[in-house]
Amino acid sequence: MDREKLRQFLEEKARVLRWDIIKMIGEAGSGHPGGSLSAADIVAVLYFHHMRHRPDDPKWPERDRFILSKGHACPVLYATLAECGYFPREILWTLRKFNSILQGHPDMRRVPGVEISSGSLGLGLAAANGMASAGKMDGKDYRVYVMIGDGESQEGVVWEASMFAAHYKLDNLVAILDNNGLQIDGPVSQVMEIQPVVDKWRAFGWRVLEVDGHNVLDIADTLVEADKTRGQPMMIVAHTIKGKGVSFMENVVDFHGKAPTKEQMEEALKELS
Amino acid sequence: MEKRATREAYGEALLELGERYPNVVVLDADLAKSTTSIKFAEAFPKRFIECGVAEQSMMGTAAGLATTGKICYTGSFAIFATQRALEMVRNVIAYSNLNVKFCPTHAGITVGADGSSHQTVEDIAIMRAIPNMRVVVPADYFEAKAAIKAVAEIEGPVFIRLGRLPIPLIFDEHYEFKLGRAIKLREGNDVTIFAIGLMVSAGLEAAASLAKEGIEAEVIDVSTLKPLDTEVILGSAAKTHAVVTAEEHSIIGGLGSAIAECLSENLPTAMRRVGIKDRFGLSGTPDELLKHYGLTSEDIVKEAKDLLQRG
Repeated sequence: MDREKLRQFLEEKARVLRWDIIKMIGEAGSGHPGGSLSAADIVAVLYFHHMRHRPDDPKWPERDRFILSKGHACPVLYATLAECGYFPREILWTLRKFNSILQGHPDMRRVPGVEISSGSLGLGLAAANGMASAGKMDGKDYRVYVMIGDGESQEGVVWEASMFAAHYKLDNLVAILDNNGLQIDGPVSQVMEIQPVVDKWRAFGWRVLEVDGHNVLDIADTLVEADKTRGQPMMIVAHTIKGKGVSFMENVVDFHGKAPTKEQMEEALKELS
Repeated sequence: MEKRATREAYGEALLELGERYPNVVVLDADLAKSTTSIKFAEAFPKRFIECGVAEQSMMGTAAGLATTGKICYTGSFAIFATQRALEMVRNVIAYSNLNVKFCPTHAGITVGADGSSHQTVEDIAIMRAIPNMRVVVPADYFEAKAAIKAVAEIEGPVFIRLGRLPIPLIFDEHYEFKLGRAIKLREGNDVTIFAIGLMVSAGLEAAASLAKEGIEAEVIDVSTLKPLDTEVILGSAAKTHAVVTAEEHSIIGGLGSAIAECLSENLPTAMRRVGIKDRFGLSGTPDELLKHYGLTSEDIVKEAKDLLQRG
């Protein structure tokens, strides 16, 4: 596929994901649109271009793994898995409803394609370390991708796990920081500053790359570059916009964890059509 | 009487597990020498993961390993495994029924001189309350070793509580552990002593003392607190109509609570709980502490006689 076609293909996938995210959360009446929308381009590039995976065989042992450590952004993951064919699309509209497989945070035992249950922040990177360690132990060449949030980076276990990955030279592990700058209580810089985050990860022994988290071709190239790394884990700091793609949600703190009203949902869906 | 610590069984059992199961992986958090997992680390270095002083990271890593088909054994002190790392244990491992075994050592107050920060009086209560979690408290080295080995065949999380203090041997190497089975160690008609951990041998001593006064005590090693062997428990209570529980743990949420829950719903029975009375520990020798917190065979005898109004 030439680059222009690839760009169009991935941007269209990300648009569909964003449409589904708004529809799911709007129908549910609660959920986390901001951080789902900020992650949509990255997750689209991973699942529709970069990772080796088999929607008809979710437990294929050789598959690359993706862990959404910031589990509250699961609408983006659910929309992606449905779009890939892991489960029927109609299930998306049951998000957060009684006895749906799609809980408010991901449940690996009920949702095909979810690699680990997440939602409690900070756990995903440690779990990714376990999967990457197992890959090394078993001589398998699958790769592990884990997305963490910038607010999530305030959890101590993130830094415990970052030491682990560097200590064991887990070069089959790529972490992606969705650096959208906002968390529930306000800007990350005001709630609890995590910058200079690039320096921090470098100091912890990681190779760090930066990317515009909404430029699908740059994301794709950066993932390829990350995969070339040997002898250390890789952190991609993705600069993103919370609520990206819906004009009235962009950079609005309140849409971290608030569903759009019916009217807002219709307006957003129109923008995304 | 020969004594061995249940923690010694951990390293020994892991060596056998390492031979038998190529997918057993052992993790520790800078306590491999104390937990005895160092034996596995030396024999199977590629399947041992040192996590540093980072129990939360260790539990998350174990969860990730388990998703690939590994059987993970995690070691630490009971206080850190069940409390520092609790939310990882609950939210990733137990919630998803991942195949991670928790065999922390240094449980209870008999850690001794390290004092309250390194002792646990509430770990059983916490672990018992978590769905999917199975809870085992071995009474001696042989029961511990058999349990640690047996749970490799059980899918999902199991908590096996181990101690540092050498305690009397009750079983031998032929003992077969079965999860959920309580073991009757002594028959009696007058009172039942349900005990776990090091209080099982204290219960047997108490029964010998009581026998001298004409009181025949039944002694049952409950060993699995969850799932509880309700058949054996109710059967014995129906016979003796008097129950004393004994544990090196708070009387809140441990064996005493489990037995009380079972009896009060099925067969209300007069009972007494020997255990730590809602207090933190202290530094001291194990014997000083057991005496201070009322965890001796004499305490069991006293409660039994009170209950039977034979004091």
